[in-house]
Amino acid sequence: MRAALGRHLSALILAPTAAATLVFVYGFIAWTAYMSFTGSRMMPVYELIGFDAYTRLWEMERWNVSIVNLLIFGSLFVGLGLVTGLMLAILLDQRIRAEGLLRTVYLYPMALSFIVTGTVWKWLLNPGIGLERGMHQLGWESFRFGWIVDPDLAIYTIVIAGVWQSSGLVLAIFLAALRGVDQDVVKAAFMDGASTLQIYWGIVLPSIRPAFFSAVIVLTHLAVKSFDLVVAMTNGGPGYATDLPAIFMYSMSFQRNNIAVGSATAMMMLCTVMAIIVPYLYSELRPARSAHG
Amino acid sequence: MAEAALELRDGRWAPAIAAQRKLRIGRVLLYAVLTLFALYYLAPLYVMIATSLKSAEELREASIFALPHAAQLDTWRHAWSEVCISVSCGGMRPYFVNSLVVVVPAVLISTLIGAINGYALAAWRFPGSNLLFGLLLFSCFIPFQAIILPLAQLLGALGLASTGTGLALTYIVYGLGFTTLFFRNFYVTVPRELVRAATIDGAGFFAIFWHIMLPLSLPTIVVTLIWQFTQIWNDFLFAVTLTNGAGQTATVALGNLVKTSQATKRYDVEMAAAIITGLPTLLVFLLAGKYFVRGLTAGAVKG
Repeated sequence: MRAALGRHLSALILAPTAAATLVFVYGFIAWTAYMSFTGSRMMPVYELIGFDAYTRLWEMERWNVSIVNLLIFGSLFVGLGLVTGLMLAILLDQRIRAEGLLRTVYLYPMALSFIVTGTVWKWLLNPGIGLERGMHQLGWESFRFGWIVDPDLAIYTIVIAGVWQSSGLVLAIFLAALRGVDQDVVKAAFMDGASTLQIYWGIVLPSIRPAFFSAVIVLTHLAVKSFDLVVAMTNGGPGYATDLPAIFMYSMSFQRNNIAVGSATAMMMLCTVMAIIVPYLYSELRPARSAHG
Repeated sequence: MAEAALELRDGRWAPAIAAQRKLRIGRVLLYAVLTLFALYYLAPLYVMIATSLKSAEELREASIFALPHAAQLDTWRHAWSEVCISVSCGGMRPYFVNSLVVVVPAVLISTLIGAINGYALAAWRFPGSNLLFGLLLFSCFIPFQAIILPLAQLLGALGLASTGTGLALTYIVYGLGFTTLFFRNFYVTVPRELVRAATIDGAGFFAIFWHIMLPLSLPTIVVTLIWQFTQIWNDFLFAVTLTNGAGQTATVALGNLVKTSQATKRYDVEMAAAIITGLPTLLVFLLAGKYFVRGLTAGAVKG
């Protein structure tokens, strides 16, 4: 009797959230999807005209640049973030005296907004006033680091700042996983005379595989959504050399009044994220469901 | 063998300790690498603070790495209340206040609703509760680009465009997925007997929530508050899209300040403004680092 009441009450309590999610998330996605098949410019037009916006999108050179940039930025951001975070986690797991302090130092960039981070790195990487000039003043006259103003290299400067910001998150994920590794198995291997390398490669790393999975998902998902960091550092420039899909979408939708193409871009981004997230959620949820009934 | 056993005595295996006698140099190298990385992470913060404290001529002449001669707090005052951002010259202060006015209610409301939701979702199964869980979980990951156009249209139609209310509502609605899941994931770990026993004692739905579950979940409350505060304070996409002019938040104002091309660029002021914008979340991180990290990793692994 009371249980039934509880069930009804909880359904009632969750109803507003469920309704809000259905409208503001799934309904809005449906609206955006619909718009991507219309010819909407500044105002929404509800007449369907097919794949026109997608065709136009893929014919734009700027869109193609932003896709190539996303591939460059994304692979380096994920790769370097993973390597840096894992390395720091393993090093920090060696009974380091000042572990707490070092962890705080490695992690504080995560607390900052990408806009703050971008502002600082833009300044540091500016060849006229930042690092390059600093090196000259220290006596290294031939030092050159002008990537941020070079259209071919500017995208790599975004990677530098992005990895600086996000590697702490990866470190936190891996450190938590390393602390959860079954010590008995490791000790047994150690007693059997396995080397440090063998223990890490053969036992520790395989047993933290879920952490790899999580870290890759989180980083990839951050890369696809990257927006503020680029806005603050280069604003997509020089020209549109550091354009990413998120910047392109914003520009089309809110500056160039092209709702149809903006929506098509949003759908491309959504599909990319779904391709990564759906299998991940599926694998995360299955054991969870069977465990909690 | 005996030596190995000795090194393992206090519980955890640590390869560096094990190898210490053989390779003391490895230990030195380890600390060297960790220190180098610490410098890499600290350098931007140091340069940011040092730059903001330097006078104009010092900035022109001295190295970016040099310590400031004397702390010039004038730069901070200028960035806080005088610098021109877009067309108004009131410094970062009004935008900082905007952020506070939006963030505080959004964080509190989304956390409270999340707590009730999480309890309802965890303690009482009803038809469709698994489906709802899945839908909420997925909604945490969607790129906001996929919803921002209709959202901007709707807020415009409701007369909420560029208002703090509209922005706060946005943060609440899109924060519910996360806050609900944080609490749900904690509440499923609470033994069901506890709820059952309280039910038998005659406690109702809300009495159980209020007197048993909520006090139990204090750490989760802290994690959720910190997570929401950091996410919302640091947001740029919603704020830049849904507000303009005087209604903008600190992150948007900082972005505008950096973008503005003035005759003489005041990098010291930009750095001071960046510190002002970053300070609230940085303080939260320094004061409650444990909970901050727990939020981060919970946000990364939700299942």
